[in-house]
Amino acid sequence: MSALAAGTGVHGVQFAVVLFFFVVVTAGGFLAARWKRPESMQSLEEWGLGGRGFGTITTWFLLGGDLYTAYTFVAVPAAMYATGAVSGFFAVPYTIIAYPIIFIFMPRLWSVARTHGYVTPADFVRGRYGSRYLALAVALTGIIATMPYIALQLVGIQAVLDTMGLGGSGNWFVRDLPLILAFAVLAAYTYSSGLRAPALIAFAKDTLIYVVIVVAVVYIGVKIGFGGMFDAAKTKLATPTAAGTPTGVFIPSNQVYWAYSTLALGSALALFMYPHAMTAVLASRSRRVIRRNAMILPVYSLMLGLLALLGFAAIYKKTSVFGLDHYANAQLAVPHLFDQIFPDWFAGVAFAAIAIGALVPAAIMSIAAANLFSRNVYREFIKPDASPKQQAQVSKIVSLVVKFGALLFVLGLDRQNAINLQLLGGVWILQTILAIVVGLYTRWLHRWALLAGWSVAMVYGTVEAYKQKVPNTKIKLIDGKAVPSTHGIRHFASSIADFPFTHTKVYIAASALIINIVVTVVLTFVLRAVKAPAGIDETEPEDYLSDAPSAPTPRGTRGARTRT
Amino acid sequence: MPDEPQRGPIPLANKVIAGVLLAVAIIAPLLVPTYARRGPELWGFPFFYWYQLMWVFLAALFTYGAYLLIEKGRR
Repeated sequence: MSALAAGTGVHGVQFAVVLFFFVVVTAGGFLAARWKRPESMQSLEEWGLGGRGFGTITTWFLLGGDLYTAYTFVAVPAAMYATGAVSGFFAVPYTIIAYPIIFIFMPRLWSVARTHGYVTPADFVRGRYGSRYLALAVALTGIIATMPYIALQLVGIQAVLDTMGLGGSGNWFVRDLPLILAFAVLAAYTYSSGLRAPALIAFAKDTLIYVVIVVAVVYIGVKIGFGGMFDAAKTKLATPTAAGTPTGVFIPSNQVYWAYSTLALGSALALFMYPHAMTAVLASRSRRVIRRNAMILPVYSLMLGLLALLGFAAIYKKTSVFGLDHYANAQLAVPHLFDQIFPDWFAGVAFAAIAIGALVPAAIMSIAAANLFSRNVYREFIKPDASPKQQAQVSKIVSLVVKFGALLFVLGLDRQNAINLQLLGGVWILQTILAIVVGLYTRWLHRWALLAGWSVAMVYGTVEAYKQKVPNTKIKLIDGKAVPSTHGIRHFASSIADFPFTHTKVYIAASALIINIVVTVVLTFVLRAVKAPAGIDETEPEDYLSDAPSAPTPRGTRGARTRT
Repeated sequence: MPDEPQRGPIPLANKVIAGVLLAVAIIAPLLVPTYARRGPELWGFPFFYWYQLMWVFLAALFTYGAYLLIEKGRR
């Protein structure tokens, strides 16, 4: 049954092209340690934040490479292919409004982090509220929300490998070897180069992605025609399923207006609460770099919107989504579409773009999660006198642990588990916004109230997501026929649910945030009335406005300054 | 363009106008009922799809306006 053993399936040209780009990127990853070379890599300032010296362009590539992940490239069009606009296209308004939002608050966070040497968002919460338990809550939320996200990057790579004829059935070791090797190499250069590695690789990744998208869109415009593509999508999404409901949503009706807008708003607010997004922002050189990026990052949103439409192109082209294991998997829609419409060598370029697109965010996510651990768990609770060198060493090791944990997760468990947990991760991470973003403006909210609101919202969001269930149906290709079979029910089937006490569907994270706000505000009134200790604030109002040192770094060597 | 130290406070009017620009860029794409329809189409794109893609550009433009008001306003 093995594709390799049978001598079928492995697409040699595609694989060679992907391998070529992988080797180039690996070399870049190791050489990155020399880029804007610091005197020592032995601190989190250097290893974890690249010396806080990235300029506008580097930050743009780094953030773009960080936020628009391989999973995004695979999952958003897959959602469009399977169920249409409400599960997929909301990503467009989501990534439009995220940037005006960060334009407003991110410079404040950058300034206070710079002034006090904060490396993680939980560091800020610790300093602002004088509560190491609130900081721990923020840090642990960040870590558990990030882990499944890293696992999903592997799911993205798997989709590409599967399309190239690698993987599928057969010996598990042979099947998963490419994935294990790719991750081992990634782990090695992240360990040695820190944040500089993904920052450098992001240039290659994004350039490839842009080329692929432009070619794909031109192909669709010329060969298919946009009208035909949308008509095919409309027809498919209106087709009733076995249960009698439409397959999906082509244009939202008034029943899902709130679902669509709360998905967009909730996701946009959550985006920059993710530790990896925060890390890339804190690594920038100045407030101005952040604001400039807020106006140029939408280029990626345009790309994402066009990429989403490839899901519709796959509908038009009647792309098969059956994997090497003969099961239907919507995640294969875009890789299979590329395989179908592009010559082998260019399909290889596209697959390289997706695969490298997994490595950049996986590296940054593992660095960010590792920093949270070493700063807010290790230094705070295990070894309070840890030196910067020790902290950097702990982070490096944890970044390895996190990556291999993700690898085991994907290899050992059903891919659906990673997807469910990532859905939950979005619900969870949004609940840290009150402590972080409101904290940038006012200390009125009481630290204990924040902790209580966070707890209630985490429980509500988790339970509500669990309660969303559908029949667990898999479709297998048997002798050329699609044969569905159902085994019990599947939880975490949707990220939308009825808003409490109503029948209006909204994003679960948004409902949880409203509950969070209500609990936090009410308890703040109570705690203030009884004069509960508010903790010590180590920040000053002017810390939130300070900018880069007055002497700008000379051109060419910018960012080379070393900090001790 | 090196990053120069920022001087002086930003005039209140600049802050207010920048805030309005950003608020529009955040709120408009969330008003789903204003664009959840099929027509008028543009190059085969239903209104729902091209209108949202258009807001990618508009939001970037509004954010640029806010950038100018905040960054240049203090000179």
